[in-house]
Amino acid sequence: MSAMLLTQQILNGLLDGVYYLLIALGLSLIFSLGGIVNLAHGAFYAIGAYLTLVISPYLGFGGAFVVAPVVVALLGVVIERTLFRRFYRSDPILSLLLTFGLAMVAEQALRMIFGAPPLSYSIPPALRGQVAIGSFIYSFYRVVLLGIAVACVVGLWVLLQKTSFGRVVRAGVQNPDMVGALGISLQPYMSVVAALGIGLAGLAGVLLAPIYSIHPAMGQEIITPAFVVVVIGGLGSFWGVVIAALLVGLVKGVMVGIGYSAASTAAIYLLMLLVLLFRPRGLFGERIMRFE
Amino acid sequence: MSNTNQFTRRSLLKTAGGLALASGLSAPSVLSAQTSDVIRIGHLTPRTGFLGPLGEYGVMAIDLAVEEINAAGGMMGRKVELLKEDSINPQTASTKAERMIERDKVACIIGEISSASCLTIAQVATRNKTLFINTGGNSDALRGKDCQRYMFHVESQNSMYVKTVGRSFLRDGLVKGKKWYSLTADYAFGHDLLSVSKRFMQANGGNFAGDDLVPTDATDFSAYLLKIREAKPDLVVINLAGNQITNFLKQYAEFGLTFPVGGFGFDTALAWAAGKGNFVGTWPVVWHHLLDTPGSKAFVAAFTKKYNKPPENQAWGDYIATKIVAQSINELKSAESPKIIEHLEKGAKFDLLKTRPGYFRASDHQLMHEMYAVTALPADKIKNQWDIFSSSPAVPGPDEPLEVIASTAEENVCKFPS
Repeated sequence: MSAMLLTQQILNGLLDGVYYLLIALGLSLIFSLGGIVNLAHGAFYAIGAYLTLVISPYLGFGGAFVVAPVVVALLGVVIERTLFRRFYRSDPILSLLLTFGLAMVAEQALRMIFGAPPLSYSIPPALRGQVAIGSFIYSFYRVVLLGIAVACVVGLWVLLQKTSFGRVVRAGVQNPDMVGALGISLQPYMSVVAALGIGLAGLAGVLLAPIYSIHPAMGQEIITPAFVVVVIGGLGSFWGVVIAALLVGLVKGVMVGIGYSAASTAAIYLLMLLVLLFRPRGLFGERIMRFE
Repeated sequence: MSNTNQFTRRSLLKTAGGLALASGLSAPSVLSAQTSDVIRIGHLTPRTGFLGPLGEYGVMAIDLAVEEINAAGGMMGRKVELLKEDSINPQTASTKAERMIERDKVACIIGEISSASCLTIAQVATRNKTLFINTGGNSDALRGKDCQRYMFHVESQNSMYVKTVGRSFLRDGLVKGKKWYSLTADYAFGHDLLSVSKRFMQANGGNFAGDDLVPTDATDFSAYLLKIREAKPDLVVINLAGNQITNFLKQYAEFGLTFPVGGFGFDTALAWAAGKGNFVGTWPVVWHHLLDTPGSKAFVAAFTKKYNKPPENQAWGDYIATKIVAQSINELKSAESPKIIEHLEKGAKFDLLKTRPGYFRASDHQLMHEMYAVTALPADKIKNQWDIFSSSPAVPGPDEPLEVIASTAEENVCKFPS
């Protein structure tokens, strides 16, 4: 294989990782702050994709891009207020069961409303075509997608690192009792974190609807690799998740590139295993007392 | 700590309650299994996972078929009761088949799409001497080295798919001296199809450029598309399955690749999901909703009336298999599997909603019937979301025997285990 093609595969793999990132960041945030392993996260991604189909005929893809993530985020707040809230202090296995059930309910609801067969949706005409970056020809839509995803990641980072909101959230991840002792209630913060994390999953659904098959179980397809990313990255670490996502995308892409596509899925689990062997808290996982 | 205990005890009670409820619900069916006023048919097909969208068409179609059969007096005057389950994977499929046969006493099992699950169901069916009609598993091995006396195939084998669409490729000059590149679904069906494709392309002078095995849960094809662009093939052969095909088509259009595309395995629902402008190439089908025969028109009308969308090839498979079973049982006045098998092996003819009737070949239990190659219409010629392709005439043609597209006894050896 030529060096050129290998370079292309590396770049493409890194781009691929960015899609996982949108899902994994939300997963990581919700787990770090609330201790909720949100298995329903993929379902919100699917809901985002289906909302795109519903909204586009009226407001176009641009309208869906704005409205769908907001609707999904609001749905996230409702779920947080009514369900997640009851499980913050209990055994994670209970919230695991809750969100597992929630994921099944959501998938079945999509099946009942929209039918089981996949539905069609295409890239809007304005975003079609190819761009040439040097001799690397790439889909214009994916470049747009990358731009949006990077903006989201940077935005989230600024929010967590540079604002008073972010300081409380980070303190809450480390030591919720101390935050409470200082007279700050974490509950409203948790609602906002759920809205952000789940809204990001909805956004990923909107962005991937034009290029992936839209079907009720599409959430399941993305949730497992997203979890792998969170585990590799390590809990409580923003950049850990970012780097893990890129790494997972890279490993998958390169495996296909060098002709071992059959093992491309297995390779990311092997990567996870290796990381856990040498760094049980993940690449950049912080020591969080209540999870030790 | 006490908190945790309380939770555990409560959830334990809930689980126990749920189990009691579930077993209570299933009890009536166990009891009524003793009564003989109904005939039970088991339906197993994947309803979740990457083949799930296709399985759902099978479910819709068999519901319709049973409705029609019951309206026409059932089987031997007895009402037909349908038991439907999600087969999920080969292990679960065999467990569920076992339960349907032993506990629910089904007359036969119809369905399936995954070739791997077909094999495990067929083993259970043979062990229990119960008929299994495969409506969606394509692999040649199921009609060859893995063939079973109690398994019949309404679905075409891979060889029939390859030889049907292969005629279109030959006609369009895409085979002889041309370079072909393939993507293959990484499980039993894909592996089988790849070897049948290689046999056909090699025999007709095609040059194999390369193949990538694609995991069944793959959604992103960008890495494969970059490789295809680099390889510059004359024909891209898609031996994928389920959602993989939709994902591939959408992303092939996204990356602006224009090499001719075709596939040796296909389902119309996947083209509908890819949509206008994304669906390209020439593909083989066992049946499609635009067939101009009275039987097909009636089926399309009844299905569309019930479900607000036209049926596709998988719907035809489950529908026609159920009709074949009903017709056989009514003619034989017996629902015993060995008798039905004898009847089918004798070459009983069935109306398949096509121009010619079909029959099962005794040597491997494969249904001999006409197939079609469909070609994507250009975007400006598409009038609605369903009619997005044009069809070849029936393959084989009216003057040829139906067996010409099937594997020969030498290509695919079937010795039924006695």
